[in-house]
Amino acid sequence: MNHLEKLESESIHIFREVVSETKNPVMLYSIGKDSAVMLHIAIKAFFPAPLPFKLLHVDTGWKFQEMYKFRDYIKKKHTLELIVHQNENGLKENINPFDHGSSNYTHIMKTEALIQAINKYKYEVAFAGARRDEEKSRSKERIFSFRSANHQWDPKNQRAELWNIYNTKLNYNETFRVFPLSNWTELDIWQYIYQENIEIVPLYFSKPRMCVERKGSIFMVDDDRMKLHENETVKLMKIRFRTLGCYPLTSAIISSANNVEEIISELLITQFSERQGRIIDHENSSMEEKKINGYF
Amino acid sequence: MANASINSLLEKKNNLTLLRIVSCGSVDDGKSTLIGRLLYDTKMIFSDQIDTLKLDSKKSGTQGNQIDFALLVDGLSSEKEQGITIDVAYRYFTTEKRKFIIADTPGHEEYTRNMVTGSSLADVAIILVDVNSGILEQTLRHINICNFMGIKKLILVVNKMDTVNYNQKKFDNVKTRFLDICINFDFNQIVSIPASALKGENIILKSILMPWYKGDPLLHILENLNIEETGLSKSFIMPVQYVNRPNSNFRGYCGLVSNGQIKKGDSIYILPNKTKANIKDIFCGDESLHYAKESKSITLLLNKNVSVSRGDCIVSNLNDLKMSDQFEVNLFWLSNKLGHVGREYYLKLNTQTVRVTISNIKFKININDNSKTTAKTLKTNNFYVCNIRSNKSIWYKSFIKNKKCGSFILIDKYSNSTIAAGTINHGLRRSDNLSYQTFTVDKKARRLLNNHSSKVFWFTGLSGSGKSTIANSFEKYLYQLGIRTYILDGDNIRKGLNHDLGFTETDRIENIRRVAEIAKLFVDAGIVVLTSFISPFEQDRQMARSLFSSDDFVEVYLNTSIEICEKRDVKGLYKAAREKKLLNFTGIDSPYEVPKNPDFVIDTEKMTLNDINVLLMSKL
Repeated sequence: MNHLEKLESESIHIFREVVSETKNPVMLYSIGKDSAVMLHIAIKAFFPAPLPFKLLHVDTGWKFQEMYKFRDYIKKKHTLELIVHQNENGLKENINPFDHGSSNYTHIMKTEALIQAINKYKYEVAFAGARRDEEKSRSKERIFSFRSANHQWDPKNQRAELWNIYNTKLNYNETFRVFPLSNWTELDIWQYIYQENIEIVPLYFSKPRMCVERKGSIFMVDDDRMKLHENETVKLMKIRFRTLGCYPLTSAIISSANNVEEIISELLITQFSERQGRIIDHENSSMEEKKINGYF
Repeated sequence: MANASINSLLEKKNNLTLLRIVSCGSVDDGKSTLIGRLLYDTKMIFSDQIDTLKLDSKKSGTQGNQIDFALLVDGLSSEKEQGITIDVAYRYFTTEKRKFIIADTPGHEEYTRNMVTGSSLADVAIILVDVNSGILEQTLRHINICNFMGIKKLILVVNKMDTVNYNQKKFDNVKTRFLDICINFDFNQIVSIPASALKGENIILKSILMPWYKGDPLLHILENLNIEETGLSKSFIMPVQYVNRPNSNFRGYCGLVSNGQIKKGDSIYILPNKTKANIKDIFCGDESLHYAKESKSITLLLNKNVSVSRGDCIVSNLNDLKMSDQFEVNLFWLSNKLGHVGREYYLKLNTQTVRVTISNIKFKININDNSKTTAKTLKTNNFYVCNIRSNKSIWYKSFIKNKKCGSFILIDKYSNSTIAAGTINHGLRRSDNLSYQTFTVDKKARRLLNNHSSKVFWFTGLSGSGKSTIANSFEKYLYQLGIRTYILDGDNIRKGLNHDLGFTETDRIENIRRVAEIAKLFVDAGIVVLTSFISPFEQDRQMARSLFSSDDFVEVYLNTSIEICEKRDVKGLYKAAREKKLLNFTGIDSPYEVPKNPDFVIDTEKMTLNDINVLLMSKL
């Protein structure tokens, strides 16, 4: 077996183990390429049955319009049960990435919202598409990542995880975040998308889009909530995205790659890491800290 | 790049094999530096990461103005602060030939369990030794762990050769000592490399500073290591992980192939029932496959409807797996909580979860000199050989023959934490196992055999208070849980053993004494006894209690008012007593002394039988 087949089999095994041994799992669907791969594998794992769990999109309200469109299209295409959850308190307070700082905003609209949803729907397990190669503290994650009753991650005291035997036992109100794609790299994801012909949000492909340059990065002006600073001008640039998140916090790259093959060949010669375009990784609080507080 | 060349590149990239590596090193021998170097030199580090690394190196690096590669891999803030690796970190890199996953594990003794975790899936171990300090106690521990986890291939990297002027003799000393130690184990390939991770000597490229070394550099060895397991049985084994039954036409058995391969039409057996069937179809997603090989997650359809559930196993050869409920196992204790003989844990072996008790700690393996000593408890970070017994038979294969069917974890029943990692040496058969004759058969041993504790539940209360009803209901409840029980009541005692006794005060005391003594024998035999006697006098109940150790006697007072009892009057006794046809009747003309310190007071007017059962069960 080649390495993609091995990774796929490992991920399928993880999905089936969770569904066999735990109550009420849910898949966090964030619309990006990792979610696309995760969904594709989950469907494979349970074919021909419909997915034995729902999808949950924790929505900040600031995703790219094309992402919402794609989400609704995928939901319809696979007849999925998809729940959208937003932090109502955050919405009332009008928490947004421009006025509240990216880390504050992320905490309220993503971490808090996720915890609200897990508490509300009493999920025991939340699948998430995070990969260990993304970031240093993620490289220390277990596949079955245990969270205490108040959603804390204790990096120094994680459960031992041996062979492919997963301890799925939980006490009241304790939960798992389960990462079926733990051992995949960014390149694996793209190779798999290519091999399996998986549909992804068009934002990953290059196209002339309305952009503004800010602090050395390029941001797409997705709607008129994007406030322009002095001396900033909106111009048409040929760009695409390597990762997708909230549009004001996700920077684009200049690229002409408009199919998966070209993306892969670009990836093979790039000098920059995947999360470079993600502002939340670079602000004061580290990913480790975010994860301890419940970010997945 | 032209499309044709991209396609051929993709083809090549998609056909890589996967090698899983565990890296083990002691403190300060440069393990993180080695991994950082591998990632850096194979161009797996992006330029924004290098910028961060340069900043970090200035802030907390240990290499002066040079880049500290160790900071690339130590990801947790406490690791950076202490300058050590605490938990396993997984690293990924790819070359033209392979995709690699490195589990980077800590060397510190107190984090040994993290190394055990990281090595569980490894095909090969890199053991790093600082040429200046030579083989340390930690190195011995690493060799032992690799052996325990069934890793058959070791790569010894003798590091920091730059600090000894690339001296061959110094390298040879370490290598000779290492090979001497490994002779005691069953490794089938050991490669030794002199290297400097800091300077990049013999890591990616062959070092020109050590021309006396005739072998290949580390990366070359990793790329070419043969990981095809040879000589092992190729018969098909697939534990059933999940049953997929979306409609009556599709009944799929899902699992990961543990061994061998399968194709359409093959005949198989299903364990434990040994049912025979043929493979009708093999699916991965919506694709029907002609055959499937080891490590593939598949869904099997059979040619007939048979009963199969999670935990069963589909095999091509009936004799390949064995069934047993007693095993000799190797245990590595992960938890800070001590392990004890006789305590019950969950055991998870592949898709099977059962309850087990450790019946005997045979010995502890001292990893410094590989000697064996006796042990009474199981302590964190130590290796033991133990006998265990499970509450039901499970299929297995000895670990050295098949890792996936011979490895397991133990889970604490209360905290749910994973407290031990284990591998099965062999099953024990009752008939030919001598170890059970080495301890005397006493109450403890009988309880172990029964897999539950034994004690007496002493029900006391007025006539009609519900003693028999509750004892009967509780007995049924226990029976369903597989617990051995016996009820002692007026019917079976008065009519037999105590038929010589009447209802005088002396006879009533003697009646209770005999009941208590019999209950004691039953408890000693490992049985849960439920006694159902009015037993109205505190002194008699105290006498009964005094025959037992404190945990073995549970006094249950049924607090039902005399009005209710009299209203119930099932046997018409109250009526007879009121009419003076029955003398010395408790509650009417003979006193009932309310228990002073019962273990339970049951209000039969408020609680349901089920609530009472659950409540009583808490004492067992």
